[in-house]
Amino acid sequence: MEIVRERDPFPDLRVNIGTLRLQNPVLTASGTFGYAREFANLLNLHRLGGVIVKGISLEPRHGNPPPRIVETACGMLNAIGLENVGVDRFIQEKIPYLRGLQVPAIVNILGDSVEEYQEVTERLASIEGVAAIEVNISCPNVKKGGVAFGANPDMAAAVTHAVKENCDVPVIVKLSPNVSDISEIAAAVEDAGADGVSLINTLIGMAINLEKRKPELANVIGGLSGPAIKPVALRMVYQVARRVSIPVIGIGGIDNSRDALEFIVAGATAVQVGTANFINPRVSEEIAEGIGEYVKTEKLPSIRDLIGCLEVD
Amino acid sequence: MSQYQENATITRYERLSQDNIRLTLQADSIAAAAKPGQFVMIRTSTAKDPLLRRPFSIHQTSTNGRIQILFKILGRGTELLAHAQEGEQLPVFGPLGHGFDIRTDRPACIVGGGMGIAPMLFLAKRISRLKSNVASDFILFGGRTRTEVEPLSDDFRQFGMRFYEATDDGSYGEKGFVTQLIQRLKPPKGSVVYACGPESMLEQLNIYCQVKGLECQVSVESVMACGMGACLGCNIPAKDGGYVHVCYEGPVFNAEELAWK
Ligand SMILES: Cc1cc2nc3c(=O)[nH]c(=O)nc-3n(C[C@H](O)[C@H](O)[C@H](O)COP(=O)(O)OP(=O)(O)OC[C@H]3O[C@@H](n4cnc5c(N)ncnc54)[C@H](O)[C@@H]3O)c2cc1C
Ligand SMILES: Cc1cc2nc3c(=O)[nH]c(=O)nc-3n(C[C@H](O)[C@H](O)[C@H](O)COP(=O)(O)O)c2cc1C
Ligand code: FES
Repeated sequence: MEIVRERDPFPDLRVNIGTLRLQNPVLTASGTFGYAREFANLLNLHRLGGVIVKGISLEPRHGNPPPRIVETACGMLNAIGLENVGVDRFIQEKIPYLRGLQVPAIVNILGDSVEEYQEVTERLASIEGVAAIEVNISCPNVKKGGVAFGANPDMAAAVTHAVKENCDVPVIVKLSPNVSDISEIAAAVEDAGADGVSLINTLIGMAINLEKRKPELANVIGGLSGPAIKPVALRMVYQVARRVSIPVIGIGGIDNSRDALEFIVAGATAVQVGTANFINPRVSEEIAEGIGEYVKTEKLPSIRDLIGCLEVD
Repeated sequence: MSQYQENATITRYERLSQDNIRLTLQADSIAAAAKPGQFVMIRTSTAKDPLLRRPFSIHQTSTNGRIQILFKILGRGTELLAHAQEGEQLPVFGPLGHGFDIRTDRPACIVGGGMGIAPMLFLAKRISRLKSNVASDFILFGGRTRTEVEPLSDDFRQFGMRFYEATDDGSYGEKGFVTQLIQRLKPPKGSVVYACGPESMLEQLNIYCQVKGLECQVSVESVMACGMGACLGCNIPAKDGGYVHVCYEGPVFNAEELAWK
């Protein structure tokens, strides 16, 4: 009798973003996972595709006054104001831990001007342990009247170019959904050399306390995240994936493996888990497990066979 | 500093008054690691709405792996929690934050206002275990009305500390605020004031302690999304002009570190 060899029990979940190799498509979203160490005792970081840390600027930032967050229907608004330790302290205090991880650490950066993005990139470029840079272009360009870099294809391209020119690691540009045509911005950053795009950042919203007739957030407006934004995110990922040929990373309201798989079917090569980390710190590991189960039960050769396989009649 | 996520079974449900509830939860790892002043985050629903967990002080722990929380029904999350039943499981995450820094060599003056009394049972119990003599220690408990204070009285009497109660409307204990109690009772020199309650109460205690030269540790609140240092959403103004984060730098602070209004 012939011995039937069982299929490899480990499903093939590997995906690439440019030269960045991920063992599975699950990343943690910037600003929702601290600097990763906070989660070390709560899940097995080595089972993730990678971690993306809190956005880093050139100088430390205090962020906005409280209250910075408020819960809304199936989601939350935040106006943290990009509080962070600044690039120098980040390199000194946070990188040593991240370097020890067996999964890639992606550093999210932000700035007020093209020059600031460039300078942060220069400082990070030679640092061992920085596997890739994710560029948050949802920040206001102070030199252009505070319009977000991500709202204008030329400004988005200029930032992408400045980062790309100054480092050798893959560059992922994180797109703002607060635009009329996100695929146009995606195309612009692709032309400027981006190795991938991630989307979406938070949707600008607000909440009002009727009793006090005051905004719930000290900053008045904030970014909406969580399950409430998933349909918008899915639509944008679908549109962008059809427009560009670089890998797309889907973000927005993902809190279980089915959500993540939907993004992959829509065209995402990888996903990021954000707000869900606050509700269940183990969720990203569980999502990676769930994707593995799915690939096994669906008998897919690899997760890559699922990317963008959406059937539209 | 270990934190655990446990599916805790509700072993006891006590409705202390119309809107005050005490839950006992079997949460072995959290109970073993908890220190007075620390808190837990509890998911009040398994649905996507309300989405975020809610923070609650650890009211007390037991050697058989149980913790208690004491809460007031305020909004949707606490309303849902009030409908929980014995035998049900709740996802509980903790222990979180920095608790009280217990000074065993100094007299203690524990001050709780309203729901701010919640962490004080755990604190009083721990202090009474650590110290051989608690005769010069005080517990001052203030609430709006009888129903807020009376159901907890007996629990606080067991430690042999000097226990005083006050209500705003005089329906139980003395009439007035705990801040008036402390002025009248004058805790001995060198006392450490451990306090939790409404901001106005903490603010007045801070002024009192500064005048009297007493150390004042306060447990404060803020909105929270994660409870563990990941979101940076729980900031409050610090004295130095910057911010501190309640969930991981607090919730207990030395009153002098904070910016008071
Ligand atoms: C570290 C910490 C420990 C806490 N310990 C306890 C405890 O032991 N017992 C207890 O009863 N509560 C405690 N709280 C407060 C508790 O977390 C809130 O009451 C709860 O989150 C309200 O949830 P909800 O969904 O019922 O109300 P929501 O629907 O969120 O809000 C209802 C109303 O309550 C107000 N509110 C919400 N949160 C707070 C708050 N933190 N303080 C004052 N008003 C608020 C809102 O502005 C709103 O008007 C603690 C808070 C913190 C930060
Ligand atoms: C509290 C908070 C802080 C965030 N901080 C950042 C940040 O520093 N940089 C960034 O690019 N995105 C930041 N984001 C956006 C998330 O990375 C993510 O794009 C967004 O929350 C949508 O995903 P979600 O619905 O899974 O949370 C933040 C989101 C939240 C909720
Ligand atoms: S609640 Fe998230 S950092 Fe404090």
